[in-house]
Amino acid sequence: MAAPETAPLDPMAPLVARVTRRHHDAPEVFTLELEPEDPGALAPFAPGQFNMLTVFGVGEVPISFSGDPVDQNRLVHTIRAVGPVSGALTELEPGAAVGLRGPFGVGWPMAEAEGKDVVVVAGGLGLAPLRPALYRLFAERERYGKIVLLYGTRSPDDILFRRELEAWRGRLDAEVEVTVDHAMAAWHGNVGVVTTLIPRCSFDPAQTVALVCGPEVMMRFAIAALMDAGVAADDIYLSMERNMKCAVGFCGHCQFGPVFVCRDGPVFPYARLRGLLALKEL
Amino acid sequence: MEGLERIVKEHVFFADLTDDFCKLVCGCAKNVRFEAGDYLFREGDPADQLYVIREGRVAMELSAPGHGSMTFQTVGEGEIVGISWLIPPYRWTYDAKALERIRAISIDATCIRRKCEDDHDLGYELMKRFVPVIIERLHATRLQMLDVYGTKS
Repeated sequence: MAAPETAPLDPMAPLVARVTRRHHDAPEVFTLELEPEDPGALAPFAPGQFNMLTVFGVGEVPISFSGDPVDQNRLVHTIRAVGPVSGALTELEPGAAVGLRGPFGVGWPMAEAEGKDVVVVAGGLGLAPLRPALYRLFAERERYGKIVLLYGTRSPDDILFRRELEAWRGRLDAEVEVTVDHAMAAWHGNVGVVTTLIPRCSFDPAQTVALVCGPEVMMRFAIAALMDAGVAADDIYLSMERNMKCAVGFCGHCQFGPVFVCRDGPVFPYARLRGLLALKEL
Repeated sequence: MEGLERIVKEHVFFADLTDDFCKLVCGCAKNVRFEAGDYLFREGDPADQLYVIREGRVAMELSAPGHGSMTFQTVGEGEIVGISWLIPPYRWTYDAKALERIRAISIDATCIRRKCEDDHDLGYELMKRFVPVIIERLHATRLQMLDVYGTKS
């Protein structure tokens, strides 16, 4: 029996990619564009999935895709420098090598959302894992009903992807609202928590899919506001963040109750996590 | 008055208010307009009016020496500006600035408090509308205090 021409990829073995561009988005937040040395070796990514990125000699972290899924050869990741590995990643200059495993996980339910209104609620860096879904929604605009994007962050200086937000806000076929928790008086936009924007928006709750990503406490309150507005628990999807290590459900570091976030998520329907989110330190 | 009654009845904050209560509210109310940059009231002023926003957005600001003016909340169409008129000493504790042209219903606080004292059913009906606003703002303030978007120290 002849050996296959290419062996199946070992999910634990990183490929090498090069940084092609580094962009400063907000305080401590950078976007890296990566080009794999062997682009054909990677499976296409879907909105909501993530890669494991390695800084050689430092460590490996899970980072969601934040780029356009149409451009599969340009891998875009937006990273906040919060620890040694993410900090080292944000300091990489163009040309630097990184290790890359992926794409992993279950992404946003783009097919399930077709024909329905889509409400996207993002908080802080949570806009990054949602951006590929937004690219897809706007690229295939005719497939969806109303599109509502609600984005909350700490202050005007912390707003991510400002250029795209402004472009999306300028569209006549989408409702886009941005709010910050606090601002100097020169800011003329909204101030207040993102959940307060939900009752102000126009969508059909019985025919809505909601995509939510942000700090867990913000997601809990966003879920409550969406359900108060009449959106069913089955139609609310969250992107969860846990301590993902192997990314393929072997190690159990990211176990969250009965699920492994890396393998079964990171995107889950809220109905599957109901009850778990309220548990402290799970 | 008929025009004002229609405006009040159609405003989401007063949705389903009975005709009798609507007349009582309208007896204390008038239409007002502010241009962008105007202040509806300033910190320390007597809280003698309540504003129900029909159009435009209002920024609630606090100033601190060395920090300038900071906006801690904006409210818009369908929302109310000002709760301090409910509780003594009836004094504003922040500035309210029009971010754009504002059309609002202004309600005389002394007048509406007196009517609520005279008719507790009216008072209870209005409290049922104001208390959720207070609770919502308390929840929002808690979330803001958590600084959930900040990095963990």
